[in-house]
Amino acid sequence: MTQALLSVSHLRVEFPTRHGTLVALDDISFDIAPGEILGVVGESGAGKSLTGASIIGLLDPPGRIAGGEIRFEGRRIDNLPYEEMRRVRGRSIGAIFQDPLTSLNPLYTVGQQLVETIRTHLPMSEADAKQRAIRLLEETGIQAAGQRIDHYPHQFSGGMRQRVVIALALAAGPKLVVADEPTTALDVSVQAQIIALLRRMCREHGAAVMLVTHDMGVIAETCDRVAVMYAGRIAEIGPVHDVIHAPAHPYTVGLMGSIPAMDHDRERLLQIDGSMPRLNAIPPGCAFNPRCPHAFARCRVERPDLLDAGATRAACWLHDKQERAAA
Amino acid sequence: MSTNVHPLVEVQDLAKSFDVSAPWLNRVVERKPRQFVHAVDGVSFTIERGKTLALVGESGCGKSTVARLLVGLYEPTAGHVRFDGIDIARGFKGANGAALRRRMQMIFQDPYASLNPRWKVLDIVAEPLIEHRLIDDTAGRRARVGELLQSVGLAATDMEKLPHQFSGGQRQRISIARALATQPEFLVCDEPTSALDVSVQAQVLNIMKDLQRRQGLTYLFISHNLAVVRHVSDQVGVMYLGRLVEVADKSELFGRPSHPYTRMLLDAIPDIGMSGRARTPVQGEVPNPLSPPSGCSFHPRCPHANARCKAERPALLTIGGVKIACHAIEEGRLQPEPRSAARQEVLAAEQL
Repeated sequence: MTQALLSVSHLRVEFPTRHGTLVALDDISFDIAPGEILGVVGESGAGKSLTGASIIGLLDPPGRIAGGEIRFEGRRIDNLPYEEMRRVRGRSIGAIFQDPLTSLNPLYTVGQQLVETIRTHLPMSEADAKQRAIRLLEETGIQAAGQRIDHYPHQFSGGMRQRVVIALALAAGPKLVVADEPTTALDVSVQAQIIALLRRMCREHGAAVMLVTHDMGVIAETCDRVAVMYAGRIAEIGPVHDVIHAPAHPYTVGLMGSIPAMDHDRERLLQIDGSMPRLNAIPPGCAFNPRCPHAFARCRVERPDLLDAGATRAACWLHDKQERAAA
Repeated sequence: MSTNVHPLVEVQDLAKSFDVSAPWLNRVVERKPRQFVHAVDGVSFTIERGKTLALVGESGCGKSTVARLLVGLYEPTAGHVRFDGIDIARGFKGANGAALRRRMQMIFQDPYASLNPRWKVLDIVAEPLIEHRLIDDTAGRRARVGELLQSVGLAATDMEKLPHQFSGGQRQRISIARALATQPEFLVCDEPTSALDVSVQAQVLNIMKDLQRRQGLTYLFISHNLAVVRHVSDQVGVMYLGRLVEVADKSELFGRPSHPYTRMLLDAIPDIGMSGRARTPVQGEVPNPLSPPSGCSFHPRCPHANARCKAERPALLTIGGVKIACHAIEEGRLQPEPRSAARQEVLAAEQL
């Protein structure tokens, strides 16, 4: 395997509170290869957005990285001083957020924002930067980019704004784009356009993507690999096709079964009873054990690491060699 | 008795417009005319007893307005809603208004906003019982609330808790229990699961289906999620900019969609089963409802639009067992399109 573009190992994020320290991310490890699209999926509160925020160094206080490390092209970036991280962010790692309206400044034209981003990171004259901005907007499919560049964000529709945000994320030619729920605020018909655009733009610019979403359908269509998160941990990680068609972790099985399908009818959906534990009440052992139909004694005391499970890796004792031999 | 002759819910040419004009002084100074949004514009459909009609569409298409019109939260600008043969606009004001209201209830989208945070679950679920004077003694009410909570998969002892002690899915079950308190025949569900995570959504959808089977409930189910709609509905109505563009049985709509907008919506759904299949790119966005396009409001995004589509508004006609508002289908320029694996391969090829 070639050297990973981004390498996260044993990442732990904590939130100190008056009632003790909450562990929001616990022992998260994964790699992203150059040009790869990694999906991160999970239900609300699973820690998928926090993982993205840790990588781009935008963890809101009091949240803090309490352990592990994040390396980008072999260089450690989780402990960089603010100013240095600011140069990495945008230049090397771009970001796209959920709400396109709040990620653009309403008081500046989209052109000013693009030019500012380009000139902050690249040695370019004002005129060259503007040319580059217009070219970027054209690439995102915005008509008459030459005129639109002088418009303010409110003059764009939701889908158009998200196109501008994608152009902004790619403005300085980053090698990785962290996209946090980029289509959740959009209508289905527009969502399809934006996902296709994101994929095309990142391929053309040679950028890898970490796509955070709760929508398995978006993952299925966009990503090469997917990490399924549960209660601040990675439950399963592997190639998209395998995770979807042959999930190894009981949580992934339940998650896939609970999605209403478009191609066949089922009278009842598979349901996982209960809900994800709160951060202050994560059970000992495997975090999923109270809801798991296959849980046995070991699951309640000992926490599983990611184990090889066919084509994917799953944090589940069912895939432990000794347990398998015993069964 | 006439109850079995007509459908439970009949909606005819229903319309609702909202006045969104600037204040009077601004209008005079800036010489601006009054402005109206036609949120719902001539919608007709029927729902048979014990069945589920789903309304789908993108944001701003008027589906929630239809829901509110049906339960009388808005008064229609034009048209009628008949519930079991009674015109509700008159029925609600008449002597038996309360009795009529008791027979229909609503479940809202946001389970955090629709439950009073300062009330115990007991008070929340018992409120309709008190309001409609269904059970007068406290002990009887407690027993009934306990039953209702159990019917949605909660414990009877949960009635002493406050809403913040429950998760989103559990709160939505409390909303369902409250809606069921008056033993309604008809439930209007406005995006009941869109605020929930998928695994919790599955729990709520299963409960809703079980209740329908046990109690013979009739649902109007509003959603923008076509996969959810496919799972719960018997009939589906597709709305675009305040109008119904297609109403068909579920199998027909998903198996042989007719209207270009329906096809576009179906193409836009990410398909989990077809990992790696590319989607048809869909052009454009929903126009501003303040200035809808002339003629068929879908024509600027429609690949089959011609001069007639731009000029003349298509009526909702029954063609081949499906109600559809499209000139191209009516003239035979466009045929319903069977959805099969073969077609999806074609789509994938087009992408490359």
